[in-house]
Amino acid sequence: MATPTLDKAAEAGQPEPGFADSPYITVTFRIRRFNPEVSEEASWQDFQLEIDPKERVLDALHKIKWELDGSLTFRRSCAHGICGSDAMRINGRNRLACKTLIKDINPEKPITVEAIKGLTVLKDLVVDMEPFFQAYRDVMPFLITTGNEPTRERRQSAEDRERFDDTTKCILCAACTSSCPVFWNDGQYFGPAAIVNAHRFIFDSRDEGGEQRLEILNDKDGVWRCRTTFNCSEACPRGIEVTKAIQEVKRALITRRF
Amino acid sequence: MSAETTSADATASDVRLYDVDNPAPVIEPPRKRTKKTGRASRGNFEMQAWLFMRLSGIVLVVLVLGHLLIQLVLDGGVSKIGFAFVAGRWASPFWQVWDLLMLWLAMLHGANGLRTVINDYAQRDNTRFWLKMLLYTATVFTVLLGTLVIFTFDPNIS
Repeated sequence: MATPTLDKAAEAGQPEPGFADSPYITVTFRIRRFNPEVSEEASWQDFQLEIDPKERVLDALHKIKWELDGSLTFRRSCAHGICGSDAMRINGRNRLACKTLIKDINPEKPITVEAIKGLTVLKDLVVDMEPFFQAYRDVMPFLITTGNEPTRERRQSAEDRERFDDTTKCILCAACTSSCPVFWNDGQYFGPAAIVNAHRFIFDSRDEGGEQRLEILNDKDGVWRCRTTFNCSEACPRGIEVTKAIQEVKRALITRRF
Repeated sequence: MSAETTSADATASDVRLYDVDNPAPVIEPPRKRTKKTGRASRGNFEMQAWLFMRLSGIVLVVLVLGHLLIQLVLDGGVSKIGFAFVAGRWASPFWQVWDLLMLWLAMLHGANGLRTVINDYAQRDNTRFWLKMLLYTATVFTVLLGTLVIFTFDPNIS
């Protein structure tokens, strides 16, 4: 309970009505609720609250959970855009609730918040991430080497490090994978996040498991199912060029053979 | 502060179908990935299909645009097309090869495109299988029939 956001939300919870230049505005949050212990149907529920538009969507969710309806369920850990717990579909786009300011998503209209798509909804905004992490594990996201372990660190030039820099930024929030229309229709597809994390090791000069990973991604549910719709690049809260990474893996697969 | 609730709890008071011990089924997406999946590899087929789409696409741009130009624009346009015109063109092996290549590439390109669409959108395994069987049958039939006509075309048919 001792998170910084708590204090922030507690302060924000005391709007002074009648105060002339109050920063607070009334915002409607339309949240997709699902509780299997009550109903098999998911439904929209509206919450109205006074909130500073410079606050984040996560602050609003906290406020709803702590002051209006304690049964609202969602994931968040660090609340500062690093842990990747609170990816959700806000106004129809996958974003991190902790990185989305209310003023940036048109608070005049009701702001819709729902669980990310393509994964089993367990309750409200919480989904079963297991298939997502299974795909991640399947690409072997760890350093694979042969020979004796060096007595000191494995050296790498700045250029070699730069080669895969973009894909090291992934926080595994599943915003990309759950924005992919191929993944929505067929969860067998590895999905952008798994490919990004394979890319991170395939193009690492210190790693020797690239061939194995490429073989895994050459599968019928691997990179060739990508339709380059760029939803993943648009959804990534870390600004990773996801589609570009997928295309680089495709190119590596082709140039490896011919 | 006001909470305007059109809550799911409202219906719960009437008839409680589900409760803590008897929860409703969760909302599952189609064809979920599990520990067991992801091992069914098909060799390089998907890569070859992907490459084929790119390469045949480039060749088809030339073939199809050339075809449209000859058939519909040059030399009086569409009005000149008749049995004699087709017979005249197919007398030359060059146009035979052109049309044969266009037929094969266009049919396979289109069929592969539809195959990926079926793979992406058909949710049940049975639906996917039968749609693909229908597609393959239609493709093989069209390609074979077209090839037969190009090679056995008789300009003196009565």
